[in-house]
Amino acid sequence: MKPSLSVIFFTVSSGAGFGLMALLALADVLQWGGGLSDGAIVGVGLIALVLVTAGLLSSMLHLANPKNAWRSFSRFKSSWLSREGVFAVAFYPFALGYLLLAYLGVAGAPRAIAGVGTIALAWITLYCTGMIYASLKPIPQWHTPLVPIAYFVLGHYSGALLLFAVLVYGGQGAPVYLYSVLTWLALAAAVKAIYYAWMRRPGVGATINTATGISRARVRLLDVGHSHGTFLTNEFGFILARKHAVLGKVLVFVVGFVVPLGALLLAPQIVVTALFAAVAATVGLIVERWFFFAEARHVVRLYHGL
Amino acid sequence: MKLGLVIDLDTCVGCHACAVACKEWNNSSSVSGPLSDYQPYGKAPSGVWFNRIRHYEIGEYPTNKTLNMPMSCMHCEDAECVTVCPTGASYKRPEDGIVLIDQDKCMGCNLCSWACPYGARELDQDSGTMKKCTLCVDRIYDLELPVEERQPACVLACPTHARMFGDLDDPDSEVSKTVRERNGFGLMPELGYKPVNQYLPIREVKPVPAHTAAPLLIEGVKQFTNRIINR
Repeated sequence: MKPSLSVIFFTVSSGAGFGLMALLALADVLQWGGGLSDGAIVGVGLIALVLVTAGLLSSMLHLANPKNAWRSFSRFKSSWLSREGVFAVAFYPFALGYLLLAYLGVAGAPRAIAGVGTIALAWITLYCTGMIYASLKPIPQWHTPLVPIAYFVLGHYSGALLLFAVLVYGGQGAPVYLYSVLTWLALAAAVKAIYYAWMRRPGVGATINTATGISRARVRLLDVGHSHGTFLTNEFGFILARKHAVLGKVLVFVVGFVVPLGALLLAPQIVVTALFAAVAATVGLIVERWFFFAEARHVVRLYHGL
Repeated sequence: MKLGLVIDLDTCVGCHACAVACKEWNNSSSVSGPLSDYQPYGKAPSGVWFNRIRHYEIGEYPTNKTLNMPMSCMHCEDAECVTVCPTGASYKRPEDGIVLIDQDKCMGCNLCSWACPYGARELDQDSGTMKKCTLCVDRIYDLELPVEERQPACVLACPTHARMFGDLDDPDSEVSKTVRERNGFGLMPELGYKPVNQYLPIREVKPVPAHTAAPLLIEGVKQFTNRIINR
């Protein structure tokens, strides 16, 4: 699949935003490390909303006919993309209400209810994003439960890192937030390792024989029937060299997981290292998302001899 | 009703007439035309087509054969392109099973083309909307046309009659009978889309003897002499 920059930015930015918001509300509701100050909650919450909003706006750039984007809420019953849109919009009143209550210093049940609603909608939206890809049967590398799990875990990993970095900056970086980062880091690295191992052999799928219905002989493309590129070759014909695929995986693990881990273990309570870890992880996740697209092979490629 | 096409891979000669007729008809169609072209006279001509023909070699020499494979929308019974569409622009008509795109609702997100394993959907860059085979829905129900012309443009254009159109839900229709007699099949059944369009396999033929090397000149002279003497 052709990696689309607007979609890569959307999933990384919104994923981090939803993860950050969910962890922030979770920390507040469960009073991790003695809880956070209301000022910190509002500050971090606004960062999360900016990330979510920037991502959603970026996803609009991917549309060829954005004037009909409002219609995308209409097929909630069948389409994961529609569900993602509905839940992403439903997230805002809860998140804004929660931040308003924190700003006003209201504690107790109303804030807890708004917080739990925010967490739930962030989680559901992240799951929907993953399912948009996981529901596509013609792309074997995406058609797996590992994909929504990865979207969920990676969003929380980058969110936890951002939360920790901002809290260190504000002098509230309690150890529990560092442990949260390390836990999500371990989960994220494990999920990606399993995904990459699984992707080496994603099961029995379509071949050029089932694609053409010729099951008893070798089938080879003679001529593709067009002299230059088509929508199909442009969208699905992206070819990634094998050595680049290996390099990509190494980059994801080194920049996305090893470098942030090293920075955090060396000097967790210094603003510069915490921020550096967050930036490195984000770069790692952008690379991860690029290769998530580049390594996905749509079955229509079979008809093109690819 | 399950309206669809039956394509005879045994008689298709790969001339692309169906694709050209399709492009011509649908370009001026109000259903989803025009089918935009990009640099039609430039260095890299490209554009939107609903029907594409690819050519394959099957088997090994000397028993190999050319396979010409026209492909358009299969009007699947389980059309995932419709399921994934967030706007409701893609829909499958309950009365005849034709899968269509409402050009006024499409937002051009490409997700339906990702969900289609057959490459039937192409984004029109000029209109920003997805387009696909309509099974010439504006021909097949047109009462102004003579009955024999109420067929998709591709079917009418085919010079070898390799394309048939009809109701694959009716077991007594010509297309259903042909599919039964010739062991017709759908493409990529393992994905579970239940494509309505069916393909008829290439008939079994005896292999043609391999061409042998030309005999030496002296052998030729000997054979010629033997033939003269025998006479």
